[in-house]
Amino acid sequence: MPKQIHLAAHFPGVNNTTVWSDPAAGSHIEFDSFVKLAQTAERAKFDFFFLAEGLRLREQGGQIYDLDVVGRPDTFTVLAALAAVTEHLGLAGTINSTFNEPYEVARQFASLDHLSGGRAAWNVVTSWDAFTGENFRRGGFLAESDRYSRATQALETAKELYDSWPADAIAADKENGVFLRHPDAGTFQHTDQHFDISGRFNVPRSPQGGPVILQAGDSDAGREFAAATADAIFSRHGTLADGQKFYTDVKDRLAKYGRERDSLKVLPAATFVLGDTDNDAQERARVVRRQQVSGATAIKFLEQLWNRDLSSYDPEGPLPEIDPDVSDEHIARGRASVRMHRDPIAVANEWRQKAEAEKLSIRDLIIEVTGRQTFIGSATTIADSIDHLVQEDASDGFILVPHVTPGGLDEFADTVVPLLQEKGVFRTEYEGSTLRENLGLAPR
Amino acid sequence: MTNLHLAVALDGAGWAPNAWREPDARPAELFTARYWIDLIAEAEAGKLDFVTIEDGLGVQTDDPAQVQGRLDAVLIASRVAPLTRHIGLVPTATVTHTEPFHISKAIATLDYVSRGRAGWRVQLSAKSAEAAHFGRRQIPAISPDKINDPDVRAVVADLFDEAADYVEVVRRLWDSWEDDAEIRDAATGRFIDRDKLHYINFEGRFFTVKGPSITPRPPQGQPVVTALAHNDIPYRFAEKSADVVYVTPKDAADAHRIVNDVKVQHVFADLVVFLEPVQNAAILSDARVFTGTPAQLADLLLEWQEAGITGFRLRPGRLPSDLRGITRGLVPELQRRGVFRTEYEADTLRGLLGLGKPANRYAAEGVRVA
Repeated sequence: MPKQIHLAAHFPGVNNTTVWSDPAAGSHIEFDSFVKLAQTAERAKFDFFFLAEGLRLREQGGQIYDLDVVGRPDTFTVLAALAAVTEHLGLAGTINSTFNEPYEVARQFASLDHLSGGRAAWNVVTSWDAFTGENFRRGGFLAESDRYSRATQALETAKELYDSWPADAIAADKENGVFLRHPDAGTFQHTDQHFDISGRFNVPRSPQGGPVILQAGDSDAGREFAAATADAIFSRHGTLADGQKFYTDVKDRLAKYGRERDSLKVLPAATFVLGDTDNDAQERARVVRRQQVSGATAIKFLEQLWNRDLSSYDPEGPLPEIDPDVSDEHIARGRASVRMHRDPIAVANEWRQKAEAEKLSIRDLIIEVTGRQTFIGSATTIADSIDHLVQEDASDGFILVPHVTPGGLDEFADTVVPLLQEKGVFRTEYEGSTLRENLGLAPR
Repeated sequence: MTNLHLAVALDGAGWAPNAWREPDARPAELFTARYWIDLIAEAEAGKLDFVTIEDGLGVQTDDPAQVQGRLDAVLIASRVAPLTRHIGLVPTATVTHTEPFHISKAIATLDYVSRGRAGWRVQLSAKSAEAAHFGRRQIPAISPDKINDPDVRAVVADLFDEAADYVEVVRRLWDSWEDDAEIRDAATGRFIDRDKLHYINFEGRFFTVKGPSITPRPPQGQPVVTALAHNDIPYRFAEKSADVVYVTPKDAADAHRIVNDVKVQHVFADLVVFLEPVQNAAILSDARVFTGTPAQLADLLLEWQEAGITGFRLRPGRLPSDLRGITRGLVPELQRRGVFRTEYEADTLRGLLGLGKPANRYAAEGVRVA
């Protein structure tokens, strides 16, 4: 039997991938949009629905960034409500391990797991910055170097809390008046560098025994964290060579934690543009890229590398001749990607050379360098690509990011999924009742 | 006579310690969605204004003969929201160890998923055992006989001051986006008008919060904030922070005294309710315990309404039987007497409570500046 593909639906995010100006684009806040995308994903037998999170609105040049979608609802609250309108779909939430305490976050995930009948997943992210910390009573309290140790300990502590109730703790024996079979259910004591807590956890063991754990870090520490603790890794490596390299790297790390190679699923994020033919899809993809990178957006991207106010530059004109400002203070805040450019002056030189050689304006260049869609083609082409990447161990499946909310997955569900099903590489019915079962993971 | 408002307080198998052993109790299902859906659907069939859902950051008791464990109340409310249409959903959430930024967006989001039916019962925690679950501060053990000692009063007063700051932060975050901040202006490429988003810049004795919220202003503008209060310190807190205060009068005269003392838009009386047949309603309670027929309960509610009480939060002794006693016995009795709605007259919780949509504090500022 060929390797089975896992698919997830990412609710479109607060970045320029999401084309809010499309006539079909709906609300990012109203519940109906979440229902629509989740129900499409469930109709297509996807493994799970995925929500990202950021706890401070992004800023650039000291002002709230206004060119992308801004604003999103609370992750747990939306997922609990979606449990009412779906039956099988996993419900994955991104929750920060820095600005949440284990007792509270464990009871929220355990509650979500109960209320969804075993469909909860936690995408564990870390942050440390004082900028985000300004929204929290603790402030920016964590050193960057401690963020993974806090995440590791938060996750470990949460697991101790989930496990503090034996599965059979509740007797509910009316006749003999015994509610709890184990009177000390929930008792815990945990002390480490970050947490010193004890007492009794107050949510009984949930159907999955705790949420499925997703992790998205790409650094060496992030990969190690995933290998030690995660059930699935949300990666950025969606191409064959790059994907295989990443896949092998993280799977090779599992053995030292006594884990099997298939106990960690590698699921790169992927965008897609479908067309009736491959040429049609290429043409649509080009249009989408221009929607995603307006002139104003191109200037803002350029500012993120140059770390300067470039508002006086014409996006249809040439790149700036001045060099990037390499001081520590960065123009963009609340954005993970700003740390991407390790050597801004070298990158700026590359970009200038590329623009000159290919006669590209600022906007053209940004369209070129900020990445095209992962999959472009007819349904057949995309189904073949996805299957090839999975069978060749570049991934175990994909987390698909539509560029239009909430209908951006419809075409994929209607045209690509049936082809994958015909190939015998994607389910036609859900295998189990919990997300863990559908992902083919051992019970915890 | 004006209509009275009716809410029920849902807690586990009911407010009586042995309620879970009643023949129709469902103690093995307390941690399932189905259990809460059924209860809240019953409350909605009775046209009640809202339900509150109890919660806490610890187990209720160490007694294995009683119900222990809870699901997060905000998530229960959210799970039930898409399956109901009219009834207000008022989960309890504790302020003492949690982040106002998280609670603000959670209640705002409950307001979105319920289309304007969200409220919040603010609860603080003075329990040293719950503080140990978080390990970030110590709260001294407070024994009931020391409650009036000056030291203890100072600790409690600080907890309430902190709660008041917390609610202020939550409310400012709800207003931190003006209603029309999302503009989707294709011509300029701007998704929002950032002049309509506001830093809240809260600085208090206990914490600072910058803002704005990541969640736009909820449909009701300000979801309904409620609090239970038994004496002067919490009364002053409720006046400052709440739209609805739950109080615990012993009788009509006491109700009259309390209504004159606590100045909040809605003063609801809490009552633990056992509707017949009752075998044993022995229960230790802060609120008066009523046992009797729906008609007798209706008499009592109307007498207290005369004393100035605007609504009632009934705590069913046993679930589901006393909830059904309320929805199928008390409600028809009140409807016959012309003091309770026969159909929902509004789509939002504020609407049901006769509270208009409040102006945004920051929008009002803008007008003044202009």
